[in-house]
Amino acid sequence: MGRPPFPAPRKGARYAMPTPFTDWLYNFPPVQWFNELGPRFYRAFFEADRWKLYLQGLAVTFEITIAAIVMGLVLGLFVAMVRTAHDQQRPGRRNPLLGFVNLICKVYTTVIRGTPMMVQILIWAFVIFKGERNKVMVGMIGMGVNAGAYISEIIRGGLMSVDPGQAEAGRSLGLSYFDTMRFIIIPQAFKNILPSMGNELVTLFKDTSLVNAIGAAEMTYYANRIGGKTYDFMPPLIGIALIYLFFVVILTWLQGKLERRLGQSDRR
Amino acid sequence: MIDVKHLSKSFKDNLVLDDISEHIYPGEKVVVIGPSGSGKSTFLRCLNLLETPTAGTITFDGVEITNPKADINAIRRQMGMVFQHFNLFPNMTIRKNITLAPVRAKLMSQAEADEEATALLRRVNLEEKADAYPAQLSGGQKQRIAIVRALAMRPKVLLFDEPTSALDPEMVGEVLEVMKELAREGMTMVVVTHEMGFAREVGTRVLFMDGGKILEQDEPHAFFAHPKEQRTVEFLSKVL
Repeated sequence: MGRPPFPAPRKGARYAMPTPFTDWLYNFPPVQWFNELGPRFYRAFFEADRWKLYLQGLAVTFEITIAAIVMGLVLGLFVAMVRTAHDQQRPGRRNPLLGFVNLICKVYTTVIRGTPMMVQILIWAFVIFKGERNKVMVGMIGMGVNAGAYISEIIRGGLMSVDPGQAEAGRSLGLSYFDTMRFIIIPQAFKNILPSMGNELVTLFKDTSLVNAIGAAEMTYYANRIGGKTYDFMPPLIGIALIYLFFVVILTWLQGKLERRLGQSDRR
Repeated sequence: MIDVKHLSKSFKDNLVLDDISEHIYPGEKVVVIGPSGSGKSTFLRCLNLLETPTAGTITFDGVEITNPKADINAIRRQMGMVFQHFNLFPNMTIRKNITLAPVRAKLMSQAEADEEATALLRRVNLEEKADAYPAQLSGGQKQRIAIVRALAMRPKVLLFDEPTSALDPEMVGEVLEVMKELAREGMTMVVVTHEMGFAREVGTRVLFMDGGKILEQDEPHAFFAHPKEQRTVEFLSKVL
């Protein structure tokens, strides 16, 4: 490749006289590779203001993550409530409507958790919303519906992890089912589900890269495109990997902080 | 006060309570004893419908609580319950533990309930723990708080489900002391326990249960001195 175009030699710069050893060193592959790193990253991120595309993609990545987690929470909470309420009915006083809704919820979680997210996203984009141009929105729906199934199981597990004696104590004091849930069970379940919920958020954030496959313009999409344009995939892909990692580390740190704060009442 | 007629309870094919009829009068301190698995805890839990009876009726203060139309929450407000494992709410301070139910039931305002909580805590000498969390208390302290929490609803009857079984031996005394004081004040109590000393000293009537039936009952002095049934004699010889 010879001398790389970057950094461009200053006018009048003085260079040491090349010797056979410096020539050999210059063409030694690892050295060459290191020498070219700077220019390659420059091309991937700064040439033609490409960093703006990554930022644009990152914004879309966040949008999809937030939309998916909100949708997932709403769906998940509903499904978890239906399923626990159904399982806690007193024998002999079963509500047939609740039974029916419960069945639908069960099918929903089974199907979503039993098929790959990638396949689900492809089905949303090319079967259900065939012809829809707004691929970002389709991606949001696909990821939100997926998150709902997992979150419902997280919430259900959290509700079931609370000692049944807690509900008994609440009910024996004459509190209603909803008051018992609201003041006693849910606050305790919340603490238990926080770690899994944080994991789910991190997973969702990373999995937004899958919607690249349906052409939604998030960060991976731009990295891929820039890689194609510059015929050099390493710098954009390693670059976005570091960006994903950076935000995951921050999210994990925030989650740890919140958990420590909620652990207050456990302290002795 | 509580009238139980032909009460049966089975879990799947396992018959735990077998056609029990019993009456609990106001002011009585009924002590239920028996080997484990005899159904005594289930009997107690049926009284406030924590377990739904399979058959039979329970009437409390003239209201048939086993009727599906009965307002179970209103009935439970008048029946306090104290559990073996305390079941304090770990996410709340002691004060909140005590005041939550009366305030939600609109029996008192938060201020009145706080005052009531302070007064009740003073009675069990735990006034300074009002702002602590349950995890910061010893077992004996937790159980005294649990009793206070039940009392805050001003119940007509208190149900105790093995209140001292999960305690370190040295903490049993402080809890029994509180229960004795309540008994002296005339509270109606149904106590499932293994504390024979308590049964003898405080009980007005002892029920012996085995195999889902009440095998024998008498006032405590006669019960412990002259048990009639062979099974009772056996049981007492092992625990006394």
